[in-house]
Amino acid sequence: MNEANVLEMRGITKEFPGVKALNGVTFSVRKGEIHAICGENGAGKSTLMKILSGFYPHGTYSGEIRVDGKPQTYRSTRDSERAGIGIIYQELSLVKEMTVGENIFIGREPSTLGVIHWDQVYSRSKELLDSIGLKVNPRMKVKYLGIGQKQLIEIAKALSQSPRILVLDEPTSALSESEVATLLRILRKLKEQGVSSILISHKLNEVFEISDRITVFRDGKSVATHVASESSESRIIRDMVGRELKDLYPRVNKELGDTVLEVRNLTAHDPAVPGRLLLNQIGFTVRKGEVLGIAGLMGAGRSELLMALFGAFPGKFSGEVILEGKRLKIKSPHEAIFAGMSLVSEDRKRFGLVLEQTVMKNMTLAGLSRIFRFGVLDSSKEVSVSQGYVKSLRVKTPSLDALVKNLSGGNQQKVVLAKCLMTEPKVLFLDEPTRGIDVGARAEIYHLINDLAAQGMAIVMVSSELPEVLGMSDRVLVMSAGRVTAEFATADATQESIMAAATTTVSTNLH
Amino acid sequence: MEQTGVLISISEIGRWSSFKSRLRTYTMVFALLVIWVIFEFATNGAFLQARNLSNLFRQMSVTGVLSVGMVLVIVAGHVDLSVGSVVCFLGALMSVMNTNHGLSPGVSLAVTVAAGLAIGFGQGFLVSYQRVPAFIVTLGGMMAFRGASMWITSNSTVPLQENWISSVGTAYIPINLGWALTGVALVVASYNMIRAYQANVRYGLDAPSPLVIAFRVATLAVVMIGFMGVLASYQGVPVPVLIMLVLMLGFNFIATKTTWGRHIYAIGGNVEAAYVSGINVKLRTLGVFMLMGLLAAVGGVILTARVGSASPDAGQLLELDAIASCVIGGTSLMGGRGSIMGAILGALVMESLNNGMSMANIEPFWQYIVKGGVLVAAVWMDIASQDKRT
Repeated sequence: MNEANVLEMRGITKEFPGVKALNGVTFSVRKGEIHAICGENGAGKSTLMKILSGFYPHGTYSGEIRVDGKPQTYRSTRDSERAGIGIIYQELSLVKEMTVGENIFIGREPSTLGVIHWDQVYSRSKELLDSIGLKVNPRMKVKYLGIGQKQLIEIAKALSQSPRILVLDEPTSALSESEVATLLRILRKLKEQGVSSILISHKLNEVFEISDRITVFRDGKSVATHVASESSESRIIRDMVGRELKDLYPRVNKELGDTVLEVRNLTAHDPAVPGRLLLNQIGFTVRKGEVLGIAGLMGAGRSELLMALFGAFPGKFSGEVILEGKRLKIKSPHEAIFAGMSLVSEDRKRFGLVLEQTVMKNMTLAGLSRIFRFGVLDSSKEVSVSQGYVKSLRVKTPSLDALVKNLSGGNQQKVVLAKCLMTEPKVLFLDEPTRGIDVGARAEIYHLINDLAAQGMAIVMVSSELPEVLGMSDRVLVMSAGRVTAEFATADATQESIMAAATTTVSTNLH
Repeated sequence: MEQTGVLISISEIGRWSSFKSRLRTYTMVFALLVIWVIFEFATNGAFLQARNLSNLFRQMSVTGVLSVGMVLVIVAGHVDLSVGSVVCFLGALMSVMNTNHGLSPGVSLAVTVAAGLAIGFGQGFLVSYQRVPAFIVTLGGMMAFRGASMWITSNSTVPLQENWISSVGTAYIPINLGWALTGVALVVASYNMIRAYQANVRYGLDAPSPLVIAFRVATLAVVMIGFMGVLASYQGVPVPVLIMLVLMLGFNFIATKTTWGRHIYAIGGNVEAAYVSGINVKLRTLGVFMLMGLLAAVGGVILTARVGSASPDAGQLLELDAIASCVIGGTSLMGGRGSIMGAILGALVMESLNNGMSMANIEPFWQYIVKGGVLVAAVWMDIASQDKRT
């Protein structure tokens, strides 16, 4: 065992029903080291950190964790905190209605017999905030702070327990340039004090700027660990994607028709952070029969783009949307469907299905006008139309009356697709159409996408899986930080070139 | 609930889940029969006499009418606590206009109905377009309209003049007409069941055998003829009962057979999915509250007409009776699940308890305790049976 390793994780394997999220991962961190983890969405980075934090307790995974050479068996996140591990999650976990000081010491308030020493809470908060250079009154409520300041408060909260290993999961995805600079400065300062950091990030320029070593994850395995100064961005990208296209993606010959949808200068503001742009002057076109793939990493604004086009984006946005030569001003999904657009959303349980209702009722929900005459249900038509979709999409369900929550993920997704197809759209938006779906059902969905395109539907498909994007699309747009950073004809695109465009950061995030 | 008889299972699992949903109804009917038998013994045979049953159905009519609207409000994911006070206010409004200001019965009735819709619009607008929680809006309404009732009645009882409106509460429709309506309803219901069966066969779907259909038609006939026979052997069908039955069938049709109804269930089941599916959630929610206002007006008219006067403390706790009826009838307070027929059955259970315990001279404090216990037990059983299913 290496003396300098403060953390060692060996042979970590974690299985979820049907998926091996981690497969024999080995990972180590030295004292005072900044160790970056890179990998595509779903490669297993966050799962490993959840094991390290005790979120998945000892016994739910196999493998060994050692801190300072001592084996660790965490039963909860409390145990890992005591062992000196501090974690800052991607989703902020602050209580908005409480003050900065209350948040920093939440659950660990200095107290005697249950009576809190508020002067201690606030004086120690002040010290912590000073140490990271954040000028904020600890008595201020968190809801009045910007997202960057909240992120720094998360760090102060983690530091209040004097951790020896600090884990940051995508800490800079929501930060402005200057806030990122502050964060990196804090990490360097901690490094001088001998604190080790694990940094999960998609932004390779930051990773190379700050880290000592970089470990790349792919498909639940740690594929390589590089010394940052001896490696390059292209090397990391190659390790991140290193996978081959299989014939999961059937190619069909088809002729592209006229332009169906044209988008110009689409700009959207973050409803939570004034001044931040989630979409920045997006423009593209889609033709009849074309599958346009949209690639990018999490937080690049891909889902927001589809939501904005579909009228379901919660914030302010502007720009021109032209469908078959007509300029649209769409303010709700109702209008979008009427205009001939349909959306299979990223989160089918939240936005796609009424889980407690039957397969048939879900299928006909968006296209009720087709089975209703003068607002009155034609029961037999509803049955025959739904049955038609069950057959054509090969939905495996015991009956049309089965509750949709009892179906498998792949079959649920087919029900969502049937719902969207019933509205007879001209443009179909697919947001991660195969997320959480097994390989068999995936292949069927790919066939279906090809069929629909061959019939002349224009399809815009957002996907985080590069093989899927390359296998299914005729053309690929790459987005990063709210902008389109590249456009390829699929024949000219490679996983490496897409990943390079997806990790580009354009430095005008704030206006 | 499975009233259409469109059974579309294509496997054993489908048939089983359909049986499960029927089981709820069977259990409730069985519970009702048990309650009736107990009271029959407790009252030495007075409970099941035609006169008392006729009385019982008339007593339940106001709660029944309100629970029809309350089902839709709860299914949409909201609640309306104001109905008791609104019923009181609208009944008082009608009496005051008719008696104190000498307006004609027709005008008084029209203004009352319009006021009901307006109240529903106001509360619904605050809930849907202004995002104030329904609990708060209608809790406020509960207090405000109670106050408004005291104000317009000067805190005293206002008698209703003898005219055709007061007959809404007390009159009976002729027995022959009652039989005729029963016949028509029976023919229409049987026709629908047979047509649904034929549609299943035509689409090659798994349908119950013709024997089962015949059995269901026969059961329906026995229940309907029995019901009419009981009412005929007293004085005929009470007008409020007829109103309740018509509203029940009409709203059941709206809930199960129209786009509007389908949208309400989707909104309550998953409001985000409903919105993304292109449903105008705000407009539909507003509509639900307006219908509730309309039904509160009907309830107010029936209640005032039945009692013969409007008093500022009428209709107290009616909203809770209506909510309890819905919940006993299988409506989920989480939204998305519930049926009109179930709520009416629930109202019948509640009113049977009221009526039976009063007849058996059970002390009022026991009546409240028993009703509360039945409410909790019904929901408990429902949840326990669902746990096994998943």
